[in-house]
Amino acid sequence: MTPSLLYALTGAGLIALGLYGFVTRSHLIRRVLAFNVIGSGVFLVFGALGHEGGITDPVPQALIITGIVVALSLTAFAAAMIARYAEDGGGGLDPDAEDAG
Amino acid sequence: MTLIEILASACLAVGVFFFFAGTVGLLRFPDVHSRLHALTKADNLGLAFIVLGAGIHFGDVMIAAKLALVWFLAVFAAGAAAQLVARAALRTGDEP
Amino acid sequence: MSLVFDIALCALILGVAAMALLGRGLFASLAFFIVYGLLIALAWLSLNAIDVALAEAAIGAGVTGVLLIGAWQALNAQSALDPDPVAHWITRVFAGLGCLAIGGLLALAILAMPGGTGLTTEVIDTQGQLDLGNSVTAVLLGFRAYDTLLESIVLLAALVAVWSLTPQGLWGGIPGPRHRTRPDGVMASFGRLLPPAGLIAGVYLVWAGSDAPGGAFQAGTVLAAAWILAVLAGLQDEPEVTSPLLRAALLIGPALFLLVGAVGAGFGGFLAYPEGFEKPVILAIEYALALSIAATLALLVAGPPRRPGGAR
Repeated sequence: MTPSLLYALTGAGLIALGLYGFVTRSHLIRRVLAFNVIGSGVFLVFGALGHEGGITDPVPQALIITGIVVALSLTAFAAAMIARYAEDGGGGLDPDAEDAG
Repeated sequence: MTLIEILASACLAVGVFFFFAGTVGLLRFPDVHSRLHALTKADNLGLAFIVLGAGIHFGDVMIAAKLALVWFLAVFAAGAAAQLVARAALRTGDEP
Repeated sequence: MSLVFDIALCALILGVAAMALLGRGLFASLAFFIVYGLLIALAWLSLNAIDVALAEAAIGAGVTGVLLIGAWQALNAQSALDPDPVAHWITRVFAGLGCLAIGGLLALAILAMPGGTGLTTEVIDTQGQLDLGNSVTAVLLGFRAYDTLLESIVLLAALVAVWSLTPQGLWGGIPGPRHRTRPDGVMASFGRLLPPAGLIAGVYLVWAGSDAPGGAFQAGTVLAAAWILAVLAGLQDEPEVTSPLLRAALLIGPALFLLVGAVGAGFGGFLAYPEGFEKPVILAIEYALALSIAATLALLVAGPPRRPGGAR
């Protein structure tokens, strides 16, 4: 087992775990968390597969840095929307709660 | 194993011991203030030994100076953060 | 690093990710997520991708963590944190099976990947033309400069989107709450001592980024952290969102990048750098970008305007 393969498989595990969290926990902050975990899993698969002989291919590295910044941009917008939703009295964050109320 | 390697490994081991002690304190102590005490004191000392061990391992003055700077900033941040956490705990009524 | 270390680190990453996603308390989950980001940074270090490790530690763990804690605080202030429901067990079983299938298929695809050398040798062979020692910077600002230009604009677009959530009547106001601390207190001294160090570290990271790990994004994050710290310590208030100086700081990076790209069109293609001046031009873009990224990140953390500005 090479480190490249090990980290790529860990990335696959993170994607699966993140998806599971995204589906089973519906709190908005947890959804954003799960999105970030899936994202870093994708980056890990991408970067680790470009790792060979102790060096990681600089092209995936540059694209991953770009990806990290884009993920951050989305997270910032999501965080601001969550805050605004709460301030406007968006009620509980449970999507099923509306039916009950 | 050369003498340098033995010295570096010993420093790393001592550092890990202090981190371990700090973590045990964090988990076992009863209230916020004594936990902070365990965490900041033991972990800062642990980090100091690890930085020392790494400095000896690399044997380069520039690297050692950068590591020392990292240690200084970490201690500084940990001290300030511990003060703030302690004050917040007092405000919410958690007696020492 | 040894394989034993790698295996332990991967196990730890998966465990901490599970705690962050599925743990009971929401705030504890956020704390786990920050630890998770730092562990991922260690994984990049182990893969010798130091530029990515720096970006992940600063942006992935640091800024993302701060943003999510900010959202948590906003919910907490409205007492809207609960409920934090767990899906019905039937959903959980099917979700688990589906995710296992997806993870398994991904693993099979990874195992079936043909080995290849990738583009490493091509980048190292040609980066000398740009006079850069850091291959990642060569890709970011040389060979894939298009991506980097658009990425800086995505960041700006996110800020515009966040500002579009400004409550009625507060446009032109000041983001975030005003922080007041005792002038001789811990927070104020902390906020006075660290930003200068952050400033030096930020400038150094851009400068070093052409030949060693570092660059505009990592530097911008450090500068943004210094800014946020000064605001938290009550030493400096956030600027009004309509302030011309702020607008200039936000725009200078992408604008200079676009200008260089347009001028390059005269040299044989959009974003073609003038021959012989590649390095100074790239460094100028990087410094301008670092400033814009710092301003954008700091304001993304502050959120939309909350208080009326002084001009009204």
